[in-house]
Amino acid sequence: MRIGVLAIQGDVREHLQHVASAGAQAASVRTVSELAQVQGLIIPGGESTTIGMLMQEEGLIEAIQKRVAEEAFPVYGTCAGLILLAKEVIGKSPARLGLMDIVADRNAYGRQVASFEAPLTIAGIPGETFLAVFIRAPQITKLGPDVTPLAYHQGQVVMAQQGSLLVSSFHPEMTPDIRVHQYFINKVAQPIVRNATGAS
Amino acid sequence: MAEKQQGTFTVKAGLAEMLKGGVIMDVTTPEQAVIAERAGAVAVMALERVPADIRAAGGVARMASPRIVKSIMEAVSIPVMAKVRIGHFVEAQVLESLEVDYIDESEVLTPADDQYHIDKWGFNVPFVCGARDLGEALRRIAEGAAMIRTKGEPGTGNVVEAVRHLRQVNAQIRLVVATPDAELADLAKELRAPLDLVRRVKELGRLPVVNFSAGGVASPADAALMMQLGADGIFVGSGIFKSSNPDAMARAVVRATLHYNDPKIVADVSEDIGESMPGIEMATLSPADRMQDRGI
Repeated sequence: MRIGVLAIQGDVREHLQHVASAGAQAASVRTVSELAQVQGLIIPGGESTTIGMLMQEEGLIEAIQKRVAEEAFPVYGTCAGLILLAKEVIGKSPARLGLMDIVADRNAYGRQVASFEAPLTIAGIPGETFLAVFIRAPQITKLGPDVTPLAYHQGQVVMAQQGSLLVSSFHPEMTPDIRVHQYFINKVAQPIVRNATGAS
Repeated sequence: MAEKQQGTFTVKAGLAEMLKGGVIMDVTTPEQAVIAERAGAVAVMALERVPADIRAAGGVARMASPRIVKSIMEAVSIPVMAKVRIGHFVEAQVLESLEVDYIDESEVLTPADDQYHIDKWGFNVPFVCGARDLGEALRRIAEGAAMIRTKGEPGTGNVVEAVRHLRQVNAQIRLVVATPDAELADLAKELRAPLDLVRRVKELGRLPVVNFSAGGVASPADAALMMQLGADGIFVGSGIFKSSNPDAMARAVVRATLHYNDPKIVADVSEDIGESMPGIEMATLSPADRMQDRGI
């Protein structure tokens, strides 16, 4: 399976390495034609304003929206990616996908001095706790009825899923642990890709 | 394991990772900060004057007034950085109390200590420092810097020093990678850098933190040049707001940085953006005017 990492800006390299370590083929996606060649997409951490603006100029916002609507295209957004996937954003709103039924509060954890790391228990990821890195992180303040929370930190939802869409406030690519990427590839993307090829 | 840890090196270096592929712009007013954010800058550097004006004004250049820094922090949602004088740890304490997102311990300001840099491990806020070569970069990382920028020569609008410093760092990294383990200790001594960091460079084949290019970028093609030479991102100091059309220049530099490998796009964004800042030829600078030689 070929998983793309949106390569406009941010920590693209770390995501590409994690995708490859998790056993999928990793590819950078900067254009609509590169998007057509992947079976799932990760939107990395970075500046959501910058990424959203340049996605729009490249025509990537419409192209991703279309694939999600037509074929339940798997998309995982980390941090900035969460903001870009959220239907509603508190604070200044960048151009974005607006696909997932959540409300995101930008930089709700505070400025950089408040950034932190903490161990999490994640539903669907057994074994030891996962060391999550939060950097100027957004909070998910509301979840729609179809959204499943997967992890909490101090009572706050920090990872959630809605069908083919996955989001986390934290950066699983910042530590060597690849289990969140494995979850996205094997539990979110794989079943959708298998269904699609089975049906055709 | 603790429930929550702040100010770790992972968290400090992590913010720099999120800025990769982006442009950080010097701004002196909230209005300029908004122009930078709208153009797609990933962060702004809050300053009292841009380097070209610091050069022109002469005298002692210090940390910006907290009023300027705060007004810029209120104006934009992207990260805000600010500069302190080399070794001036109290200016750094002041900026940390304002909760700026990154501190630049910068040779653009007049050094406050001609021997020691700030002990950056003691702060929760991360630091970026300038370097002209690998040894300098690793000494700053040993002091706790979580991000490096090659220095170039600030406020000149002349990219030649930025190119020299990035090429120098890259050449020395290649040398470290090619050096047998048994000879690394000697190389570390020559570089005046800690051995463990030299080993880490060999392991990774790059600096252990993000490395941006600074000091002389004044056009979209300059930005793409530094990216093709291997910079993780670009600092533009005077190059935006000393150009004839800052709005257009800011947008063009951001797009050239993103599409640095596509000359057609670089050509496209370079049209109709007005004039770049007037530049300074290096040979006309006296030794006292060279900011890059401060804090090595």
